[in-house]
Amino acid sequence: MATVAEIRPETPRVKTLALDVPGWAGHRGGQHVDVRLTAEDGYQAQRSYSIASAANAARVELTVEGLEDGEVSPYLTSVARAGDQFEIRGPIGGYFVWNADPGGPVLLVGGGSGVVPLMAMARQRAADGDAVPTRLLYSSRSWEDVIYRDELEGLSGDGFRVVHTLTREQPPGWTGYARRVDAEMLTQVAPSDLALAFVCGPTPFVEAVASTLVQLGHDPAKVRTERFGPTGG
Amino acid sequence: MDALRLDGNAAAGTLQQVFTTEVTTAVGTCGGCGATDAVGAAHVYVSAGIVLRCPHCDTVLLRLVQHEERIWLDLTGLRSLALRV
Repeated sequence: MATVAEIRPETPRVKTLALDVPGWAGHRGGQHVDVRLTAEDGYQAQRSYSIASAANAARVELTVEGLEDGEVSPYLTSVARAGDQFEIRGPIGGYFVWNADPGGPVLLVGGGSGVVPLMAMARQRAADGDAVPTRLLYSSRSWEDVIYRDELEGLSGDGFRVVHTLTREQPPGWTGYARRVDAEMLTQVAPSDLALAFVCGPTPFVEAVASTLVQLGHDPAKVRTERFGPTGG
Repeated sequence: MDALRLDGNAAAGTLQQVFTTEVTTAVGTCGGCGATDAVGAAHVYVSAGIVLRCPHCDTVLLRLVQHEERIWLDLTGLRSLALRV
């Protein structure tokens, strides 16, 4: 069982839940947990959520976007309070996880809350002092929808670089990308000697980015994806 | 493009119950086209149950349905699976 220790708003639609999980043996950046809620009548709903915190963090943090028609996310973002308990299973996964020695530069591409497992990787990279050159291309609708905005700014440097694209609305004076991720953008941002790419976001976003990377000549085996689909809530 | 398509990662928690080890890095061989790839790279469709399809030829590799305390598993399309224990 996990106990909610703290809830922090990240953006108007996204919250981070810090959980106390007795006996948690640590995890790797990119892994997820399954959250299971049980109603009084016994009905159960289960969803997967990426872990946002670094492996060495004191608490297990989940960053969750509230989806109006979701079964689990509205509880996590609107109903849950400090002290509440729910069942979690994990950490799960070994394929979509940070690799400190991939043999070359790493590209992370996140769409919306797809940035969450990539943030866990960035946090792990910083905490471990990994030297792997890493770029994060992060697509958001607007500047206020950018999750972890200040922390990403702080992580920049030491071979870590963040490139934002704002697809719907840009603040006055914005000089960065202002469109969906496309081949030209990936050509400019992705290192030519890319060793590994991690792409996470809604299914259409992931399909588009992964297929474009392959069209640009990157080995499909080096492009790892995590889609969360429209039914992820 | 299928909007309901996910990755092997989405099935990892349930499959881990069955195989009692991490499954997304396990390497499967498709019974349809013979391609080998990590389970994490498979295409996954989740509804009443879980269906894994080969990312190369779309053959159904695995079907899993869970009802209460019972899991039903069909591995007809999977020629082999190499797991780390």
